[in-house]
Amino acid sequence: MNIPALDAALAAAAAWIAIGLAGTLAPRSLRLSSRVLFPAGALVGLALAAVALGALFAAPSVRILPLGLPDLPFHARLDALSAFFLLLLGSVSAGVSVFASGYLRAGETSPPGLQCLGYHLFLASMALVLLADDAYFFMVAWETMALSSFFLVTSEHRDPAIRRAGFLYLLIAHLGAISILLCFGALQGGSGDYTFETMRLMTQPPAWASAAFLLALVGFGAKAGIVPLHVWLPEAHPAAPSPVSALMSAVMLKTAVYGLLRVTLDLIGFSLWWWGVVVLAVGLVSALFGIVFAAVQSDMKRLLAYSSIENIGLVMAGFGLTLLFRSFGMGTLAALALTATLYHCLNHGFYKSLLFLATGSVLHATRERSLGRLGGLIHRMPWVAWCALVGTIAIAGLPPLNGFVSEWLLLQAFLFTPGLPQAYLNMLVPVAAAVVALAAALSGYVMVKFFGVVFLGRAREPKLASAHDAGPWERTGLAWLAAGCIALGLMPATVIGMLDPVTRSFTGTGMASLTHGWLYLAPIEPQRASYSPLLFFVGAALLIVVAWLSVRAFYHGRVRRAAPWDCGFPFLDSRMQDTAEGFGQPVRHVFQPAFRASTEAPAPADARPRYRETLEDRLWYWLYLPVARATARATALVTVLQRGRISVYLMYSFATLLVLLFFVR
Amino acid sequence: MSTSGLAAQFTELVLAILLAPVLTGWVNQCRAWLQNKSAPSLFLPYRMLAKLFEKEVVLAHNASPLFRFAPYLVFGCLALAAAIVPTLGTDLPLNAAADAIALVGLLALARLFIALAGMDIGTAFGTLGARREMLVGFLAEPALLMVLFTASLISHSTSLATIVETLAHREFVIYPSMAFAGVAFTMVSLAENARIPVDNPATHLELTMIHEAMILEYSGRHLAMMEWAASLKLFVYSCMGLALFFPFGVAGGGDWLGIVLALPALLAKLALGGAGLALIETVSAKMRIFRAPEFLGSAFVFAVLAMLVHVLLEA
Repeated sequence: MNIPALDAALAAAAAWIAIGLAGTLAPRSLRLSSRVLFPAGALVGLALAAVALGALFAAPSVRILPLGLPDLPFHARLDALSAFFLLLLGSVSAGVSVFASGYLRAGETSPPGLQCLGYHLFLASMALVLLADDAYFFMVAWETMALSSFFLVTSEHRDPAIRRAGFLYLLIAHLGAISILLCFGALQGGSGDYTFETMRLMTQPPAWASAAFLLALVGFGAKAGIVPLHVWLPEAHPAAPSPVSALMSAVMLKTAVYGLLRVTLDLIGFSLWWWGVVVLAVGLVSALFGIVFAAVQSDMKRLLAYSSIENIGLVMAGFGLTLLFRSFGMGTLAALALTATLYHCLNHGFYKSLLFLATGSVLHATRERSLGRLGGLIHRMPWVAWCALVGTIAIAGLPPLNGFVSEWLLLQAFLFTPGLPQAYLNMLVPVAAAVVALAAALSGYVMVKFFGVVFLGRAREPKLASAHDAGPWERTGLAWLAAGCIALGLMPATVIGMLDPVTRSFTGTGMASLTHGWLYLAPIEPQRASYSPLLFFVGAALLIVVAWLSVRAFYHGRVRRAAPWDCGFPFLDSRMQDTAEGFGQPVRHVFQPAFRASTEAPAPADARPRYRETLEDRLWYWLYLPVARATARATALVTVLQRGRISVYLMYSFATLLVLLFFVR
Repeated sequence: MSTSGLAAQFTELVLAILLAPVLTGWVNQCRAWLQNKSAPSLFLPYRMLAKLFEKEVVLAHNASPLFRFAPYLVFGCLALAAAIVPTLGTDLPLNAAADAIALVGLLALARLFIALAGMDIGTAFGTLGARREMLVGFLAEPALLMVLFTASLISHSTSLATIVETLAHREFVIYPSMAFAGVAFTMVSLAENARIPVDNPATHLELTMIHEAMILEYSGRHLAMMEWAASLKLFVYSCMGLALFFPFGVAGGGDWLGIVLALPALLAKLALGGAGLALIETVSAKMRIFRAPEFLGSAFVFAVLAMLVHVLLEA
């Protein structure tokens, strides 16, 4: 029996929908959802990943589904790009679903069956977004994705702050959706045919293509969370339950990247050099903005949400370079930059979901999301702590884990840039590379803050003493994702072999022929640059073990336990450790102009002094509030028409009819 | 991968581990002379390490496994870094495994673990040190990367061996970009090695220290590993500076005579470099911690300028 990969992928999406609907049979049954349905969803995820892996190397397949409106059927297509993102969706969601099996609790949020429905609809709609091959199907799946995730975000809807976060998310999602719709309108070029196949075959004049590109950048950028459309991200991620935040950050943001890649590389089919500059600039601003704001957060999930903005920024920077190289016809370099982009998507999928899930376990064990009230959890929750450490090293972009590989590729792509035919671009590139390096270094700072304040040190609150480690389901999910981070880090040549069909289809060249065996990663040629994480890891491990063994062999192993030394200071208190705010203080100081800060200092003679400082996003005041005020003013003008009397409204209708009759005749 | 390459790699690694404390001793000696003090022995760091290894480890009650494991990890990372930087010859098997970017990553990994270990016990000084170390780190790391990028752009490679080979075995050209990069590199290595003007290696004055604050809770063999690792870091940075700016004398691939001759050249260069470091430390004063971002920020700007100068004038 040989089922075509496309059918199998569609079947997986259907299976997810079926699992979700099964949850509504007994919405209050926790056993059904958490012991049967979520594990089944994880298995579907694994199956989808396996199918996608096979489909990466197969020729694109197309199918017209017997669904949709009459005369407007759904078109589905599975090619290398879709397969790559399906692989990301399947493999990450498998870990998240297993974790969610152990994470659901009765009576905490909306009933488990409804959560199960929303969750699996969300998964299925993401799969369908990746499979859609006409604008109509794409928009249906895209909106289903937005709506199902909206209901998941607001699953604790009794809290007004969460309702507000959900509304903001929905609003920006729809602004984006309108922009995407307009983009497809521009792409169909008057033919009235909205299938992607037609758009692919059509060559747009540069002006229309640019309009479509900019609309796609705004539309998909709103979903991906690029600056200045990022405001929903730090609100929605903390509001959602942790597995949902993990999926949103790790996979949903990537569907937006997919959409942008699909429209720009595939549907438009060519690129102008300034598109690359725009995307690169947007990406760099997002990266730096995201990480600077992440450094000053006091809420675990907000911190991770801002770090997602940074990562999307790095992805965009890579994509900008791809467009730049592509527009100058430099196929190999475009392939290198695209490889870095896609690799970073995959990496971010794994480590960000791992970290979000770890915060979920911490949240369950301690009922605390604020960094300043945590601490010392490595003693209470060793499993979660060690898995989170893997995520920490990965996201900080340190060798030998996966975050480093994509950063390495991205920096290599930057280093090759000085061959561009435009002198001004060549001058911009060192600055851009410096920003990427700065963002990467700052992410190390942020992650030390995250891991150190949550898991190390002493417990800042007495209640943390009763924190318990994650259960077996949660551990399995965490371990799966951590293993993914390690595998992606140690075997980049294999992964790049998997990316090869994607880069080949869009840039004409792949990187697989250039990796120089499975051991070495050497884009272009080994004399220029090569990196072998496996050898690197073995070398470091060998040195560490030899150092440890020789110290063991030659010296005594005596250890005496005592109170901390702390320069002889005897009254050590857990409040003397840095809080999250304290640890972020240097960044606040160095990047002062980035924030809108309001400080409240106590009077000198205050008996109970309090010091308060709030940091806000300037863009909120520069962009969003003026727009909101303008909208309010415009609506106030329109309300003049609103008289509240039916005779007046009938008059309006009559007048409109008369005017129309005059024009149409 | 050749046998001679493996042998050179091994020699270089062992040499670095053994020579690193001597370099620290030499810098201390020079500084004492410059400051009109009677100098300690060149081998004082060794005696210090031996003493620390003999002592028992006093461990805080709430130390986690990470705290006990970190000194070995940091030592291992810096030893590997020492093995990556070409000091004697350029035919090193590890050079294909890790390039300049990986070297920076490796140093950052060591920094991450020192900082985490500093936060592990939960003392005020530990977290203070970790915070300041990461502050220095996030500014110094991109600057170092940009310095290495400038060299990479000149030699069209991020492989350290290729960089050294191109810079050492070319006709004599003065690169203006490398002058900028040199300034940036000097500033970065002062900060990274906890030297005056950013930190003071000789102080235990609590409120001004960075590196010492993080390793305050370590004792016995753990402290010995941390101290040795700090010496190795100074050694790695010195060798990196020599490899980038004074690569003369480093042997090419598989040249045994060259490697033998490279050793005295290396020692002479290190002695001069160490004396230069002592001179800088003697003539400058430690600055307030919040001047450090300005100091490192200018290093970063110099490094980016170096790249720009290369693109504008030399490409």
